[in-house]
Amino acid sequence: MSRIWKKYRFLILRRISQIALLVLYVGGNYWGWKVLQGNLSSSSLLGKIPLADPYAVLQIFSTGAIVAADAIIGAVIITLFYALIGGRAFCSYVCPVNMVTDLANYLRRKWKLDKFEKKWWASRNIRYWVMGLSFVLSFLLGTAAFELVSPISITHRGIIFGMGFGWAAILAIFLFDLFILKNGWCGHICPLGGFYSLVGRYNLFRVRHNQPNCTLCMKCKEVCPEKEVLYMIGKKSQIVDMGECTLCGRCVEVCDDDALYFSIRDFAKKGE
Amino acid sequence: MDQKRRAFLVSMAQNVAIAATGGILWAAYIDEAKAAPLILRPPGARKERDFMSLCIKCGLCVEACPYDTLRLAKPGDHKPLGTPYYIPREVPCYMCDDIPCVPPCPTGALDIDSVTRKENGKKVFDITLMRMGVAIVDIKDCIAYWGIQCDACYRACPLLDKAIYMEMRRNERTGKHAKLLPVVDPDYCTGCGLCEHACVTEIAAIKVLPRDVALGKVGTHYVKGWQGSDENRLKGSKGIKTTVTPRSKKSPVESLNEGINFE
Repeated sequence: MSRIWKKYRFLILRRISQIALLVLYVGGNYWGWKVLQGNLSSSSLLGKIPLADPYAVLQIFSTGAIVAADAIIGAVIITLFYALIGGRAFCSYVCPVNMVTDLANYLRRKWKLDKFEKKWWASRNIRYWVMGLSFVLSFLLGTAAFELVSPISITHRGIIFGMGFGWAAILAIFLFDLFILKNGWCGHICPLGGFYSLVGRYNLFRVRHNQPNCTLCMKCKEVCPEKEVLYMIGKKSQIVDMGECTLCGRCVEVCDDDALYFSIRDFAKKGE
Repeated sequence: MDQKRRAFLVSMAQNVAIAATGGILWAAYIDEAKAAPLILRPPGARKERDFMSLCIKCGLCVEACPYDTLRLAKPGDHKPLGTPYYIPREVPCYMCDDIPCVPPCPTGALDIDSVTRKENGKKVFDITLMRMGVAIVDIKDCIAYWGIQCDACYRACPLLDKAIYMEMRRNERTGKHAKLLPVVDPDYCTGCGLCEHACVTEIAAIKVLPRDVALGKVGTHYVKGWQGSDENRLKGSKGIKTTVTPRSKKSPVESLNEGINFE
């Protein structure tokens, strides 16, 4: 039992966090709980504190509309939280699509699909292009461009307010990640993930690599959804400094040699 | 060196082309997906164009609605995804005095000021100021226009005798009865849809439509000369010219009586 805990503690924590947030939001709609109302685009915490998706608010800004104070305050709160503490943890602890893509990844490993599948190369910078494009399109079309197509919103709204044909979007992402491109949605395309990568680039909590302990088993790279961030494995003791790291902690769990652990960024040290 | 430069330029062109292709497809979809000329928005909603810019699709207005009038568009509803709307024939707006749906809006897509009135210097909510839509009567399918006595919509109207009033007309068919006809006054109609909800015909003969779809606009060049306030608009205007023709030189009486021998 303690071994399961040791090997899956962050995964369990993440699932609890993801599901608990969904339950609170669903309770907010169906039973009038005043803990978290709304959805990930914008919510009201405890009926008082506004929260808003800063990426969505920026898109609304791009349309040229004047946004009311609540959304701006909410966006600032969320931005500060991820910039200082959360990093890109939104993707691994909050976003409901993470459960879908994690399942696809799990099956990919289990069925050893990587060995047989036709491989496509795709840049992990596509997300930044998509993000840039979303601002241009928001400006040109006068409406938040990504918000109208976002599978994250479709999924999350679907769970809270009723799914409709939203399951098709979830299925598409699942199949895309399972059979077309490994980590396709979360690791290549999703502009919201790109946005939080930029916002959380200099946050406090970071995974740190302790090189002398490393046996080069590469379990961490196998399990990591953004494996380019683990470029230092077996080479150098340092923090995982790239913003694309979602702080999911899978690498920490699977490491049998205590070569990876959560730590706090040492701002005094050069290069951190 | 030249080869390197060529490679660089080609790869740049490729990236730009991918972005442009994706962007055009995306834009084409969005442009179609956001167009919903017949959608009815929540109380206090700004003009559709501004509303589509501002709405962040959070559903807080939907959650605040105690009657489940408001719903959030899901895939398959054929409405802009995630935006709030209502279908009056199914659940109309009951025009709550305390307007729970408007204040939670975080972006101002629902405008509190549009449903607020000043009273003794204090701001108070006034739901009758909202303009979600306007009711339109189909006079061929309204049984009151057939001469059958029905005033379901009139009775259901929260602004009875203002937003819907009954007009009396002689029933030419029987020659001895009156028809009582429901007529909507768009100056008062809020678009709540209680009339459409109450209508007894199979498909409602009174329907709420978005105001900019249903209502016309006169333009500025017509003046209600019999209304002092409207007549005032002419004050200070310079461009008024009277066209003088051979006929208009004389007074109308002169002109009409010309050439008639009264002897």
